[in-house]
Amino acid sequence: MDSFWSVFGGAFGLVFALDPDLMEIIGLSMRVTLTAVFFACLIGLPLGAAVGAFRFPGHTLLAVSLNALMGLPPVVVGLLVYLLLSAAGPLGPLKLLYTPTAMIVAQMVLVTPIVAALTRQLVEDLNREYSEQYASMGVGPIDRLTSLLWDARYSLLTVALAGFGRAVAEVGAVIIVGGNINHVTRVMTTTIALETSKGNLQLALALGVILLLIAFFVNACVMTLRASAARAAYA
Amino acid sequence: MRDIAFDLAAAPSATIKSTPRDVLLEARSLGFTAGKDSLLNDVNLKILRGSRTLIMGPNGAGKSLLLRLLHGLLQPASGEVLWQGAPLTRQSRRSQAMVFQRPVLLRRSVLANLKFALSVRGWRGKERSGKIETALASAGLSHLARRPARVLSGGEQQRLALVRALACEPDLLFLDEPTANLDPASTAAIEDLLMDASARGVTIVLVTHDAGQAKRLGEDLIFLQDGSVAETGSVDQVLNTPQSEPVRAWRQGRLYLGPNTHSMQNHSRRML
Repeated sequence: MDSFWSVFGGAFGLVFALDPDLMEIIGLSMRVTLTAVFFACLIGLPLGAAVGAFRFPGHTLLAVSLNALMGLPPVVVGLLVYLLLSAAGPLGPLKLLYTPTAMIVAQMVLVTPIVAALTRQLVEDLNREYSEQYASMGVGPIDRLTSLLWDARYSLLTVALAGFGRAVAEVGAVIIVGGNINHVTRVMTTTIALETSKGNLQLALALGVILLLIAFFVNACVMTLRASAARAAYA
Repeated sequence: MRDIAFDLAAAPSATIKSTPRDVLLEARSLGFTAGKDSLLNDVNLKILRGSRTLIMGPNGAGKSLLLRLLHGLLQPASGEVLWQGAPLTRQSRRSQAMVFQRPVLLRRSVLANLKFALSVRGWRGKERSGKIETALASAGLSHLARRPARVLSGGEQQRLALVRALACEPDLLFLDEPTANLDPASTAAIEDLLMDASARGVTIVLVTHDAGQAKRLGEDLIFLQDGSVAETGSVDQVLNTPQSEPVRAWRQGRLYLGPNTHSMQNHSRRML
């Protein structure tokens, strides 16, 4: 086994050499993760905002369910999506199993409850502050929803960030529905798992470093944006 | 002699007068409870179109609560609120506006706050832009139009909240202690805007603790004590020659403890 420091040296060598295999894996990871987070936000933001802003029959049950689903076990989600997309499943004819689309679906299922539950909490707090003013102005439900989402926009960036964090680090579900096929569905996390088991620690570590750098960069961007928004009293 | 802007059935000490102006808003036997506590009891009043009515009373008397019930933000436990003779609806509430003690401003620019309020009322395009320009100019906020609303000073924020409400052209404007935390200059600016609105025919119902403000702005006064109307009449009449013990005690800075007790000279003496 390589020494600890030689593994690190080899890993950074791969990163700086812009190894094509490495770049392909990173590219696919980002494509899958960002697409999944985008669709999760598309569903989760309005859903969470609606639960946070309005009271309706079953409201509490829905709010509790969203919170509970935040802790969905990834392998269970992977298994469910696998069953849906497998040849015998209801979505089998779409032939999506072992494709990046299947991985996007699995990640989306995992991330949507996180986005929805955190959005609900944020919007509920904001709505408490605005509700009398909205009622006084005669703001309708659609205007209320869009206004709350817009005014919470900088806080919602953190919500999207939480979703991104969950998706980019996901391995259990995507390995089940993606199959970790080389040049097709191999992403950073599944490669790290595979290469570690094979003893190829340099590639695994290189991917680990990149994963950390991406997470750091995205967090830094969001925090900078939020800080400038807070200075302008928009957040 | 000017009109009294409310029904005096719940205030036996005051004199009932005829009301030639039409009644815009009416409360009949209004009551509100929270759990077992009755916070407002059998309040009857009429607000006449174009009038300026002040609601006064000690802390906890139910002034803000009454305002919220009249505006339809809360549902009464008993009684009803009538808007031009018909039950208050969401649609009729669009003819009203309210300014809160702590201005509730959206996390947007001054301009965007006005734009949102007007869009909700259906104004678009040039008509909306014109209204925004007029509102900003009237509040002296034109130079701050692009500034985030929440970085404005307290006085500027309250002026923005007021012109935002007035830009929607309400028939009736409720104000809940709009100058409670403001300095004299900011208070004067708010009062000027209110008098301008009143001159344009906007009916005003204002909660205040400030007897000076009541004299400057008010025509009619409702004095609340422990959730009931203690006295009504013109501002001068109620403040200068109070007929009820709660108002007399309040004017003299005494603590009113109830109908069967003597008012205390002051709090420290009470503590002794």
